[in-house]
Amino acid sequence: MDELLKLLRKNALESPSNIAKMLGLTEKEVKAKIAEYEKKGIIRGYQAIVNKDQLDLNTVRAVIEVKITPEREGGFDRIAARLGKFPEVESLSLMSGGYDLLVFVTGAHLKDVALFVSEKLATIEGVLSTSTHFMLKTYKDQGVLMETEKEDERLKVSP
Amino acid sequence: MKGSKFHRNFIASHLQGIPKSGIRDFFDIVSTRKDIISLSIGEPDFVTPWHIREASIFALDRGATAYTANLGLLELRLLLSKYITKSFHVEYDPTSEVLVTVGVSEAMDLAIRAITEPGDEIIYHEPCFVSYAPVIIMAHGKPVPVITKREDSFKLKPDMLKKKITNRTKAIILNFPNNPTGAVLERKDVEDIADIVIKNDLLVITDEIYSELTYEGERVCIASLPGMRERTIFLNGFSKTWAMTGFRVGFACAPAPLTDAMMKIHQYIMMCAPILSQKAAIEALKNGDSDIIEMCSEYRKRRNFICSSLNDMGLPCHIPKGAFYAFPYIGDYGMTSKDFSLKLLDKENVACVPGTAFGQSGEGFLRCSYATNMDDIKEAIIRIARFVKLLKKG
Ligand SMILES: Cc1ncc(COP(=O)(O)O)c(C=O)c1O
Repeated sequence: MDELLKLLRKNALESPSNIAKMLGLTEKEVKAKIAEYEKKGIIRGYQAIVNKDQLDLNTVRAVIEVKITPEREGGFDRIAARLGKFPEVESLSLMSGGYDLLVFVTGAHLKDVALFVSEKLATIEGVLSTSTHFMLKTYKDQGVLMETEKEDERLKVSP
Repeated sequence: MKGSKFHRNFIASHLQGIPKSGIRDFFDIVSTRKDIISLSIGEPDFVTPWHIREASIFALDRGATAYTANLGLLELRLLLSKYITKSFHVEYDPTSEVLVTVGVSEAMDLAIRAITEPGDEIIYHEPCFVSYAPVIIMAHGKPVPVITKREDSFKLKPDMLKKKITNRTKAIILNFPNNPTGAVLERKDVEDIADIVIKNDLLVITDEIYSELTYEGERVCIASLPGMRERTIFLNGFSKTWAMTGFRVGFACAPAPLTDAMMKIHQYIMMCAPILSQKAAIEALKNGDSDIIEMCSEYRKRRNFICSSLNDMGLPCHIPKGAFYAFPYIGDYGMTSKDFSLKLLDKENVACVPGTAFGQSGEGFLRCSYATNMDDIKEAIIRIARFVKLLKKG
């Protein structure tokens, strides 16, 4: 991955002037590159990584393994596109192995997720079976540990 | 002491001649303060990569708690020999020319003690790592510094070196990439030094601890030049390369007679490097190539940021090609390095080591370590810039 993207993946709020210094570019070049990534759709958006467990939201998150019948034209894409439109779906991937789609969903209550699975997901034509797992605690999300890092234990001055 | 007729001064006189370390002085001041941002730390801010720590834990689980061979675990020496051939283009026989030590610190002591007779002169370039002169003195040798200068990008200049050679000169210590300047040598520089070494029948001790942290340009190990292997003691370690300072493991490589001599000392004073650290080192060599690439890429970005920021604010700073230190010139503000860093600490709570901690020739400079996370570096830069602005106003 391009160094600029790596930096933004780590901290999307990094200022173009800082990025320019780190990469030995001009600020203008950095801005132009970012604009280009956005235009091409390589950068899809910027979000905060939130530790939801800390917020007492009582929301429920689940991972659902879905088996589907591939279609003659388009394989898994049509069903995936349909599923992706549901706002409950946080992320969605095609998998190799024992099932086809892995779906991450969020709901306000257990019931919401259950309803989503039984009424929306399972009823889609081509869906053969589903298997739902509820998430209990998140330890790491998008490369970020959810526990606060311990303090630097190094001596404050060393040769 | 007074009044007791039998109480002599028990401290050896050659030790009394070694001044207190400037680093230690500065540490004592810094440790009285809270919430400082420290750019004074000479070790990686990364924790040792997990797979390396895990290998050590696994070894402990399995009961690896014994002494090892004096030279170190054979598996480790085999890996070291292969690694050095690949990365530094010199071959060492793992059974007789590779010695695993407790860090480069011990390796340096062994190398100097193995070759120094009372009164022998050992040349080293300065500013430099704090231990060289004291270790030479403790071996009853005479430390002879050669100054490296900002206008030469802190390279060791052949003509400066030549001037210091006498008929008592035994060896030259090289340390590139350099702590504290970040300087590196190019092939031509190394060849010129090798020439002088051979002509004067000297030995080189090369401290390559920062070699893997070279950000651009060819890396030339002096031992790989014609005629130099037999007159070089090659020192390196895991502390910086794999962020393993606390493991205390390094190595010394040299032709068998020299390795034998170092081994004599090592076996009586140390026996062997800690086994768990040796196990970790094995894992680093086997599966740690990508760790180096990742850490280097991070250090490079920080270096670019810190150096261009320092230059922008009016602290001229050459671009160090290796290690993880920026070494800006602060001599334009009518203060000594020490006063500058104390005032900076006092006004802005940022700690940078005065250049004089690395020898008198470090006067006029500060060492700013970028083995510090990016957020702290950014904040430190804001504070230093504010401080410099104040100084400019007078
Ligand atoms: C130039 C140099 N040599 C040697 C050492 C000591 O390293 P080790 O941890 O391997 O004893 C250091 C540590 O800061 C260093 O900077």
